[in-house]
Amino acid sequence: MNNDHSGSLIRNGTLASVLLLAVFLAAWQWGPGLFGIPTFIVPPLSMVAREFVHAWQFDHLLFHTSVTVAEVLAGFILGSLVGAFAGYLLGMSPMAEFALSPYILALQIAPKVAFAPLFILWMGFTVYPKILVAILIVFFPVMVNVLTAIRGVDPDLINLARSFKATRAQIFWKIEFPTSMPPMFAGLRIGSTLAVVGVVVGELVGGNMGLGYLLTFGEGQADTPMVFVSIVMLTLVGGIAYLGVILAERRVLHYLPAQTARHNI
Amino acid sequence: MAVEFLMSVVRLEYRHVTMRFARSDGGGALTALSGVSFGVHDGEVVSLIGPSGCGKSTLLNIGSGLAAPSDGLAFVDGERIEGPNAHVAFMLQKDLLLPWRTVTENVMLGVEIQHVRPAERRLRARRLLDNFNLAEFSGHYPHQLSGGMRQRVALARTLAVDPHVLLLDEPFSAVDAQTRMVLQRDLAQTLSRSRKTALLITHDLLEAVTLSDRVLVMSARPGTIIDEIAIDLPQRDDPIARRREPRVNDYVARLMDRLDIGHAVIEKQATGGAI
Repeated sequence: MNNDHSGSLIRNGTLASVLLLAVFLAAWQWGPGLFGIPTFIVPPLSMVAREFVHAWQFDHLLFHTSVTVAEVLAGFILGSLVGAFAGYLLGMSPMAEFALSPYILALQIAPKVAFAPLFILWMGFTVYPKILVAILIVFFPVMVNVLTAIRGVDPDLINLARSFKATRAQIFWKIEFPTSMPPMFAGLRIGSTLAVVGVVVGELVGGNMGLGYLLTFGEGQADTPMVFVSIVMLTLVGGIAYLGVILAERRVLHYLPAQTARHNI
Repeated sequence: MAVEFLMSVVRLEYRHVTMRFARSDGGGALTALSGVSFGVHDGEVVSLIGPSGCGKSTLLNIGSGLAAPSDGLAFVDGERIEGPNAHVAFMLQKDLLLPWRTVTENVMLGVEIQHVRPAERRLRARRLLDNFNLAEFSGHYPHQLSGGMRQRVALARTLAVDPHVLLLDEPFSAVDAQTRMVLQRDLAQTLSRSRKTALLITHDLLEAVTLSDRVLVMSARPGTIIDEIAIDLPQRDDPIARRREPRVNDYVARLMDRLDIGHAVIEKQATGGAI
């Protein structure tokens, strides 16, 4: 692909994207009125914007958002760490993987969000059950990707390191760990968006904090604009989490050819 | 020339080496090598040629200590090989460069693993990269290099640990013909300048003749050494000059005869490779 071509692709693509956004926002603002949809079903954009300001001033929107962000961060970081650790461990011990694979599969099939009520029974209306759901949900994509990466390391690379008299630890830190980075980041990207899902479901099920709570609160009051505000904020939180992973990935995987890197976004 | 080697130190030696593998279909053992004995003398370059699957690469794995023979012994510098050791380094057809390391960092992989002091590592890497005309690419990543350059970086990495013996498994078979000739010359010059000992596996008969002091011919599985041909040609440090020697063709022709090229190989494939 030559530069001119990709340059014009980016320019035209951005233009089309911005245009699409304008059309969408306009449809949101004037569409409901045009089709006679009542505002308690679809509140127009301006009403949601007013609600946003109101919620910011009187409903502690910032506080609830911060709670959700903190839960997402805690769940994502812990879930990634535990997932990566399990991936390395299972990747290096075929015996352990063989013995544990049916249970891992069962846990992977079980819908993780269904554990939310259980965790709330155990830990009450605190932030912990939400974090736990996020951990559980982030764990799998990270673990599976790391495990597959460790399995896929070229045996000749390991032999090369061995021929230099590398210890097991050196083989891990110099060969296996860096090899696992690109797939691990693919897992982290999935995990970053799933963490938001886990936290929100936890908040929906019980508690009096976070955007998920605001969501159910708005629903209870038939306050549709507030529901919309919560959804927009949640999307924003997920988007920023995803962006954070992408930025970290660009720094860590800077050595990959540019084309591959752009492909990933 | 051969007489001179007989009197010098034997760097690498195989004594009655036999290698059996369990068959993948569970039907007993498969004998890859059977009673292979030979030595490589100090500063000598020996090529191994033979049909696919005759156990050439297995010999290399045994030499580098990555595999232990079922029977027989292997020695490097008079010491029995019982595992990977610092006297030997190998290089494969695949460059095995680490994509997250720069050229310099890749060259330093082995010395880093062996805990050579950082200043000394960098010095060795710089010297080798200078020798191979790669100095200006020292900060590049492997994906930014051509196949020939990558293979030269791999050779520099192999030499950085300063091994006595180099084990080379078809190191240039993945690069184009012209690049290969240049790489062969670089290798030959490096080997003769540093008086390194090398065992080279190749399918390229011309490569075997132009680079080596001696060529060993192996039979099909179970692999044994069926012939040994001393290459009595000048300029082992310049394979491109050797290529112009008319006598090269005689050696190649003799190797072709020994390998039965044109007869047995084709028939074997037609009958499903059963011998």
